[in-house]
Amino acid sequence: MGLTEHIVMRELDIPDISDFAVYRRHGGWEAYRYALTEKTPADIVQMVKDSGLRGRGGAGFPTGVKWGFLPKGVYPRYLLCNCDESEPGTFNNHQIIDKNPHQLIEGVALSAYAIEANVAYIYMRGEFAAAARTLERAIAQAYEAGFLGKNILGTGFDLDIYVHRGAGAYICGEETALMESLEGKIGQPRLKPPFPAVAGLYGKPTIINNVETLANVPRIVEKGVAWYRSHGTEKSPGTKCFSLSGHVNRPGNYELPFGVPLRELIESPEYGGGMKGGRPVKIIIPGGASAPWLTADHLDIPLDYESLAAAGSMLGSGGVIVLNDTVSAPYVAYKMDEFFKHESCGKCTPCREGTHWLVRTLHRMVEEGHATAADIDTLHSIYRQMAGNCFCLLGESAVMPIKSALQLFPHEFEALVKRSSSRNGHQIPLIVRH
Amino acid sequence: MTTPTTDIATDRNVRPVSDNRRKILEATMKRFQYQGDALIEVLHKAQELYGFLSPELLSEVAQRLRLPPSRVYGVATFYHFFSLVPQGEHSCTVCLGTACYVRGAAHLLHDLETLSGVKAGHTSSDGRFSLLTARCLGACGIAPAVVLDGEVIGHADCSDLTARIQKLLGREE
Repeated sequence: MGLTEHIVMRELDIPDISDFAVYRRHGGWEAYRYALTEKTPADIVQMVKDSGLRGRGGAGFPTGVKWGFLPKGVYPRYLLCNCDESEPGTFNNHQIIDKNPHQLIEGVALSAYAIEANVAYIYMRGEFAAAARTLERAIAQAYEAGFLGKNILGTGFDLDIYVHRGAGAYICGEETALMESLEGKIGQPRLKPPFPAVAGLYGKPTIINNVETLANVPRIVEKGVAWYRSHGTEKSPGTKCFSLSGHVNRPGNYELPFGVPLRELIESPEYGGGMKGGRPVKIIIPGGASAPWLTADHLDIPLDYESLAAAGSMLGSGGVIVLNDTVSAPYVAYKMDEFFKHESCGKCTPCREGTHWLVRTLHRMVEEGHATAADIDTLHSIYRQMAGNCFCLLGESAVMPIKSALQLFPHEFEALVKRSSSRNGHQIPLIVRH
Repeated sequence: MTTPTTDIATDRNVRPVSDNRRKILEATMKRFQYQGDALIEVLHKAQELYGFLSPELLSEVAQRLRLPPSRVYGVATFYHFFSLVPQGEHSCTVCLGTACYVRGAAHLLHDLETLSGVKAGHTSSDGRFSLLTARCLGACGIAPAVVLDGEVIGHADCSDLTARIQKLLGREE
């Protein structure tokens, strides 16, 4: 159908696009060469600011504004590319890297030039060993071609890019935890302020951006601000790679301009292809596991930062999980909070203890079939004590599944209590076979 | 932690003849100039060479990188990728993320446990097979996903998977 021109996933279908020569033949690395030879770093920062590009990692913070926070005249500076992609339901970053690594590397190199950093690190999720090798091979090709290294294209600009493999910790997607991990430590978040732009990696000014954000930069430089802003909405320009999963016919990554209704992503034959077996939508988790849930009532919401925020949820990482009416809301909340409990780094009490007690209570209610009315009050009490009191966003995210489930489907928790008392505590199967 | 003995591996992985794993590990540490901030890379290498991180191996790494053993132990236990116990020769990791769960991952795991006789998170008594779980592998588009000896398999089906595991273990039926 081609609703829009693809910006990030544009060349994924070209055979061997992961090879330097093929990427170059399709106009790759040209934006970088142009920037280095004809534009100043400040020009590029201004361009990205004007484009309205927003961070695709979850918060949606304007990228150019973030770059502007760097203190003037303080060097060295570092650029970090966050490819720790661990948010449940999100899987677009590694597809970008697997298929078209040069686009990311060009984005990293271009952004490093813009913020005047001579060293950039790409922090890869530990499980992405194959993607890390793909990137390393592509980086080596870029060095060979003279686009990385010393005195690039005779401009005096030096740049080294390193790939760092994480070792399996969701918390390392949090920017300050990522920096701790990069320094070889336990990935626990740091207190902010100081913000990374002021004191980040090794205490130096650091900019950290998501893979998808950086992959947008070469296109903005190549095609210009006006072209970029012609996609998406006024406040959320450009496109977003949505990772669609769950009970849809065609799960996968789909790049859409911001503002397309949720219904279209799920139902269009080009994208989700409707619900499996035609069953009704029950729960939509629009932005990875950390996003508050939506229901079938929200299908007409446009997918952009403002509209989802107005609906009480968030666009987050763009990982859209769609669940049908066969799932039990308490069970889904239990499974998701089990994830957060497992991944809680243990630094702060509300998160460490809160996730533990949420899971313990939910386990008894949904797995063991012992649910009392007091348990429902306990769940409310636990998440209220967590909300706003956790050190970083992991704990705050853990509140979302249980809060959403209790608010949207209170009757399902009450039914657990009812069934539990009538069956005298025998286990009730809550898992539906497919 | 105890002082390292002459050979840093004291488990059944020991290969006394022509064991140059230690040399490779030393070369890795040297490449990073024995800097403490390379700890995670060094542990990755150590686990790749030895299969798991024994107390002796951790102690060795701590000494060479001049880090407190507590820091090395802390990092090794914090990250899920590192294992402090030997893993089976072959491993099957079942993803239990939300997307895989709603596509039947819990049943798949249950069936695999029953068929293999190995509980999730454990290794068979002969050390040949480990059944592991993961909390979202980022393969939600091909749910349910499993990783069999490093290979990601999408739309996993129990009977197909069991056949592949049997084949790996050389127990074709």
